[in-house]
Amino acid sequence: MTRPPWEGIARLAGRRALFAVPVVLVVTFGVFAIAAASPFDPVRAYAGTAALGADQETLDRLRENLGVDRPFAVRWWEWLTSALGGDLGHSSVMRQPVAQVIGERLVWSSLLCAVAFAVAVLVGTSLGVLAARRPGSWLDRTVTSLAYSLEAAPVFWVALLAVWFFALQLDALPAGGLTDTASREVTAGQVARHLVLPAGVLAVSQLPWFTLYVRQGVGDALAEDPVRGARARGLSERTVLLGHALRSGLLPVLTLIGSRVPELITGALLVETVFSWPGIAAATVEAATAVDFPLLAALTTLATAAVLTGNLLADLLYGLFDPRVSLSDM
Amino acid sequence: MTTRHIRRAAITVAALTGLSACSAPGGGADEGKAADSVVIGVASEPDTLSPLLGYGKDGNSKIFDGLLAHDADLELKPALAKALPEVGDDGRTYTYTLRDGVEFSDGEPLTSADVVFTYRTILDAKTNNTARSELDAVKEVEADGDDKVVFTLKYPYAPFAARTVLPIVPEHMAGKEDPNTGSFNTKPVGTGPYVLAGWTRGEKLAFRANPNYWGGAPRVKTFTMAVIADDNVRATRLRSGDLDGAILPPNLAATFKGEAGSLTYDAKSYDFRTVTLPTENKVTADRAVRQALDAAVDREAMVDKVLDGAGRPAYGPLPVDDPWFATDIKRSQDLAKAKRVLDEAGWKTGEGGIRAKGGLRAAFTLLYPSGDKVRQDHALAYASDAKKAGIDVTVESATWEVIEPRMGKDAVLAGFGSTGDPDFGLYTLLHSSLAGDGFNNMGRYANPAVDKALDTGRRSQDPAVREAAYDTLQRELVKDPGYTFLTHIDHLYVLADRWDGLTTQLEPHEHGFASGPWWNIEDWQPKK
Repeated sequence: MTRPPWEGIARLAGRRALFAVPVVLVVTFGVFAIAAASPFDPVRAYAGTAALGADQETLDRLRENLGVDRPFAVRWWEWLTSALGGDLGHSSVMRQPVAQVIGERLVWSSLLCAVAFAVAVLVGTSLGVLAARRPGSWLDRTVTSLAYSLEAAPVFWVALLAVWFFALQLDALPAGGLTDTASREVTAGQVARHLVLPAGVLAVSQLPWFTLYVRQGVGDALAEDPVRGARARGLSERTVLLGHALRSGLLPVLTLIGSRVPELITGALLVETVFSWPGIAAATVEAATAVDFPLLAALTTLATAAVLTGNLLADLLYGLFDPRVSLSDM
Repeated sequence: MTTRHIRRAAITVAALTGLSACSAPGGGADEGKAADSVVIGVASEPDTLSPLLGYGKDGNSKIFDGLLAHDADLELKPALAKALPEVGDDGRTYTYTLRDGVEFSDGEPLTSADVVFTYRTILDAKTNNTARSELDAVKEVEADGDDKVVFTLKYPYAPFAARTVLPIVPEHMAGKEDPNTGSFNTKPVGTGPYVLAGWTRGEKLAFRANPNYWGGAPRVKTFTMAVIADDNVRATRLRSGDLDGAILPPNLAATFKGEAGSLTYDAKSYDFRTVTLPTENKVTADRAVRQALDAAVDREAMVDKVLDGAGRPAYGPLPVDDPWFATDIKRSQDLAKAKRVLDEAGWKTGEGGIRAKGGLRAAFTLLYPSGDKVRQDHALAYASDAKKAGIDVTVESATWEVIEPRMGKDAVLAGFGSTGDPDFGLYTLLHSSLAGDGFNNMGRYANPAVDKALDTGRRSQDPAVREAAYDTLQRELVKDPGYTFLTHIDHLYVLADRWDGLTTQLEPHEHGFASGPWWNIEDWQPKK
């Protein structure tokens, strides 16, 4: 690498940003099309339980006022043009401007995902290294089989199990919400206590991938020449393991970070619903079942951006850590 | 290099233990809770808090007041109005005089302009209010000076006064914005006993007492509604002390019976479960089949088995203890009668004990909304009773999206029931002019005698004439039972025993937020 690395980074980010434009267009158009084809009735969702007693005139009037009968392509175009002008529209299900819905909720989703992801990467990597150190040992076998079981377990099932055990049986942790029910302020201590279960469950659902990848990567690296050379030079086992084997074993994990982001978002969707966490994902579920186009489109764009950023991040890390890879080739 | 790794590992470990330290049990349920703070668990939350879009239209909205209000016995009493309205022009005009010195919680005075604004906005077709048709009778609402409001009706509408429990909003706040999208939907301001302190959608609504409330500052200072959809989770959080009270299904409420420090409130209701017998289906349209089904069902058994005793048999849409109920229509299961009626009408027992007439099998499908355990149990009990009379009922669950287009042909296990006046629930349920109109008259019931009774009950001002009309209606419904009424279900609430003299109202089908012992939480007094 002769040029400074930031130049390559900027070029790659720029190329990806250009690529993101058509992706977002296609994805949002697809969301509008699927939502329009869904069996959910936006008028019913808007009226809530009142719809079950409403007369036809009222339902027709709402349908007209909400403008839900226009073709989805028209509505997509209107949404797109006003979104480009900075107006994300009004969420019919939340009865709030979309920007306000996202503003109130994004921070809690980010907190949940960031904590869960950090825990998953750190704990997953540590377990992977421990397992790879002595392949076939009882520790390795325990960690590996546990990881495979967790990989197969659905997130919502783990979440319900955690609620049952920690909240109902032990009564040690709150079962849901952001703060205690009676409390009217959001304090850091309360949020931390309420964060443990959802973040823990989300982390546990992501952790096996990191464990298994690191175990494989480090295991392979331990058999390679540089490691053998290092051992021959008499370096301590710790230095060999963490300095040599882990370093080259971590490379596939970097790719994994990027590809796990969509899974993380899907996982958050289920976790937030089970734990009534007031985040973006819980709003996505509401928006989808209520066919709330503006909110759904904004949230999809957000999720798309998160996935693309995750991929970009993985590529950048890869380029920086592996001298064989050039950023300009990506 | 090694030390750096150790340090890094140490930081990681510290971070991890830090995390697990957070998970240590913090404050459990604190003992000796104060009586001035109440946390209630409910199953669902309102879509909006703006009365312009329908919030609190039946009263008990906490944040707002109507011109009138209901007391514990559902009698109308003055609220923002000084007295009950003066009715003039043969029941076509209603004049209300406003109470003096009432202020919104932001300090602005209430005037007749606010009342006019509220009603006119709701009547505007561009406002997305789902209950606008309830004010169908109103032709015009006008202010007469600062403290008088006059409603002019299109036709004499006897129960109109009961509609004016509808909450009044401040024009100076809500008038500046689009009622459908404005911030008033989530940040309301009213004259009511409580002020909204915060609303986290899907989690909770918090209220604090309005110290300047015209009816006197409430003793309960803070009031939280926790939104917990799952019945079991709600019960658990109630048991753990996280909640002070909750609405619970009969089986879970029973687990709290006899527990020290908690009381169970059993609220009677207008909330009936019924089977619609659609006119467009050849089997259910047959009067003999309808009568046979009505005779074959064992309502007492449904109350005992399905509702664990928390309900009453429904012999018609009105509950047995309603003043409008026609007492002599009470009837028990009579299988012999069911069989006789079918025999006489030519429904002959055929293959597998199922009757048929002219090649038409006495069979139909009964739909119930999926996930509703109480309706499912009702449907299964109904099918089993029908079988004994030789009628084959297939029970199916479906979402409302699936049920709606099939309502004209298939029977539905429906639930309705409105309080306030018999007209409110019965007209939309039974009048032939509303057959198949949205969710009104789902079974397309058409009976000229019933229509006439409904019209008389709606128009007449004379209580005796109205009573006779609703009496006729209930009897006609027994002769031609286009709906098989099954039960009126009780609503059960469990609440910590820290307050004196709590009551429940007779409740409508829609319940949870405005109903329950907390319907008048502003009047609660701590226990001595």
